[in-house]
Amino acid sequence: MLTRGTLVIDVEACKGCELCIDACPPRVLTMGTDVNARGYRFPVLAPGCTGCKACSQICPDFVFQVYKYETPLELSTRREDLS
Amino acid sequence: MSDRSRIPLVPTGTPPSQPARLVDDFTPALVDVGAHHLCPGCGEPIAIRSLGEAIDEMALAQRTIAVFGIGCYTAFSNNLDVEVLQALHGRAPSVATGVKRCRPDSLVVTVQGDGDMVSEGLQEVLHAAARGESITCVMLNNGVFGETGGHMTATTVLGQRTKTSLEGRDPATHGRPILLADLVARLDGAGFVARCAVNSAGELARTHRALRRALETQLAGAGLSFVEILTMCPTGWFVETTEAPRYLAENLGSVHRAGVLKDVLAETDAAMR
Amino acid sequence: MSAIAAPATTSVPGRHLLQGSEAIAEAMVAAGCRFFAGYPMTPFTEVLEEMAKKLPTVGGVCMNAESELEAIGMAWGAAATGTPSATGSTGQGLSLMQESLAEITLARLPLVVLNMARAQGDYWQATRGGGHGDYRHLVLAPVDVTEAVELVQRAFHLAEVWRNPVLVLGDYYLAHTARAVDITPVDYGPRPPRDWALSGATGGSGAAKLVSFLGSAKQGDGVGYDLAVHYAACADHTEAMLRGVPPEAEEGYVEDADVVVVAFGTPGAYVRAAVRSLRADGVRVGWVRPVTLVPFPSDIVAAAARRASVVAVFENNAGQMLDDVRLAVLGEAPVEFIGGLSLDASGFGIAPMLDVSEVRRRILDVVGRRP
Repeated sequence: MLTRGTLVIDVEACKGCELCIDACPPRVLTMGTDVNARGYRFPVLAPGCTGCKACSQICPDFVFQVYKYETPLELSTRREDLS
Repeated sequence: MSDRSRIPLVPTGTPPSQPARLVDDFTPALVDVGAHHLCPGCGEPIAIRSLGEAIDEMALAQRTIAVFGIGCYTAFSNNLDVEVLQALHGRAPSVATGVKRCRPDSLVVTVQGDGDMVSEGLQEVLHAAARGESITCVMLNNGVFGETGGHMTATTVLGQRTKTSLEGRDPATHGRPILLADLVARLDGAGFVARCAVNSAGELARTHRALRRALETQLAGAGLSFVEILTMCPTGWFVETTEAPRYLAENLGSVHRAGVLKDVLAETDAAMR
Repeated sequence: MSAIAAPATTSVPGRHLLQGSEAIAEAMVAAGCRFFAGYPMTPFTEVLEEMAKKLPTVGGVCMNAESELEAIGMAWGAAATGTPSATGSTGQGLSLMQESLAEITLARLPLVVLNMARAQGDYWQATRGGGHGDYRHLVLAPVDVTEAVELVQRAFHLAEVWRNPVLVLGDYYLAHTARAVDITPVDYGPRPPRDWALSGATGGSGAAKLVSFLGSAKQGDGVGYDLAVHYAACADHTEAMLRGVPPEAEEGYVEDADVVVVAFGTPGAYVRAAVRSLRADGVRVGWVRPVTLVPFPSDIVAAAARRASVVAVFENNAGQMLDDVRLAVLGEAPVEFIGGLSLDASGFGIAPMLDVSEVRRRILDVVGRRP
């Protein structure tokens, strides 16, 4: 999966509102099952991020840093390829 | 990605090891501290981010004086890296007028909620618009008095349940909502009037453009600029945070309709072509 | 327009016959006032008219606001930019402004507020404040146009020195009496730097200025306001101000007065004249006229009371300064009220009781009844 961007997610800042999930055009964010110190679930990232900033712009709690790779990466979507 | 449970996750704990540039940081431009105590899913920080970024993009931070009303968003009044003057509930437009008349080179922006601007302070914004004050009034409209716990305001829509309209706003008992952007647009002193929202990435992009246009209007001295931003309030609406964007679109957005209602700068451009 | 223009005066040098409203407006301009907002209401209206004429000629701004609420709001914004600003109304109009007046004080802003009182002397509203919270305004009460010209200028100086609103309490007579006055600007010395004033310039610096009645102290986690810290600081400042401003009163014949009459403002002029007239008839009476109502000249009133057998209070209301006189006198002598509400058909406070022979009669009544 061509991946142009990536995120740093401040999981402790997240309040689990899930606005980012629907805002993400390539739909690479899903809510995880872990919870942070305040008890909120937080998003996790799959390959395919485009660095479009939709998540960071719509997040009310400023949870995201968004990066754009100088050269897009090819990331595997198969679990078996996880190192 | 048909089976979400088997998607290999990308690590997001630290910055990327591959060469990459940061395109959006945690704390927005001109916001001091990212943490706040507003509810999960609140639309107000989203709008404030957009405003701060507009001011920053247009290199106006060193000229800006923001006049805050009273509401949940007041949480940001001591959390911004622009000069702030705290006003009372409903009273920001007159305070902003005094600031701008004495400091005409400054960029004066009010930040108010619907309870503040349309209930308490209706005459203030209408008079400021009639006078054509060179200020930008930003209304964060979520159809409730959020800070007091979710009560009916002048913009609450028919059928909307609040703590003072428990069965839903009923015209016989509670009257009908005021569509403020539409009222302001009819005043000759208004130069730019727009209504937008923050419930989706697309709406947020329109909000950002509207805010920039509003600030341009002030810089051009082309009348009062007014941006009404519909924001989510899942707490005040008694809905889940995931429901709030749709609730906004279906309930508030169908009454307080998005669009640019007046843009004298565009009219001038068109006339000159 | 620069917010801090060099003081200029619109007055013509020398003594000129001016209506009180115009003299007050001239005095405000001479003191450096460059922003004024108001709403027409008798007997305040002419001050607004005069400021509308004069301020634009010195690069200032005068706004005819659409309500008293908007007038105080505009003055608030102007004051926050460091521009010497003023507003005013009648007591009734000031009633509308009270929430804002309270918060302007808690935001530590200088502002001069005129009450051209209508129908009654608004002593309580002026000295207690009609707003919520723990705040005080300095209050000055001119007896006539000449004194008003000085007190109005002093008000601007005090407001900046203490970063606090200062109220000047007048009335219909003050507004509409003509008197030959000289409005040479008075120099009260240097004013502190306006380093708190907003201009936009500190935006983006990491330390942008904030002017807020909620203060600037933050809660422990860095989010939100710590009001307790702010209100405690405001209380300390208020106490320092009340101790730091010298109380002032004019007095006459108190060394051997049997009856001392206390009065402020225009009624004070009538009491003064009545006492002088009674002294000419050999009656042992005296007067004390508080000029600063806040801080109240308690020591001066108390000292006069100690030598007297009765203290009488004469004011154009149902008895308001009466309370502060009783507090000052603290039982040293009985305190009697000889004032009252007194209106003619206009209802504006053209008080039939403001007549020297009537005031004489009331004082003699007290003299006659004393044990």
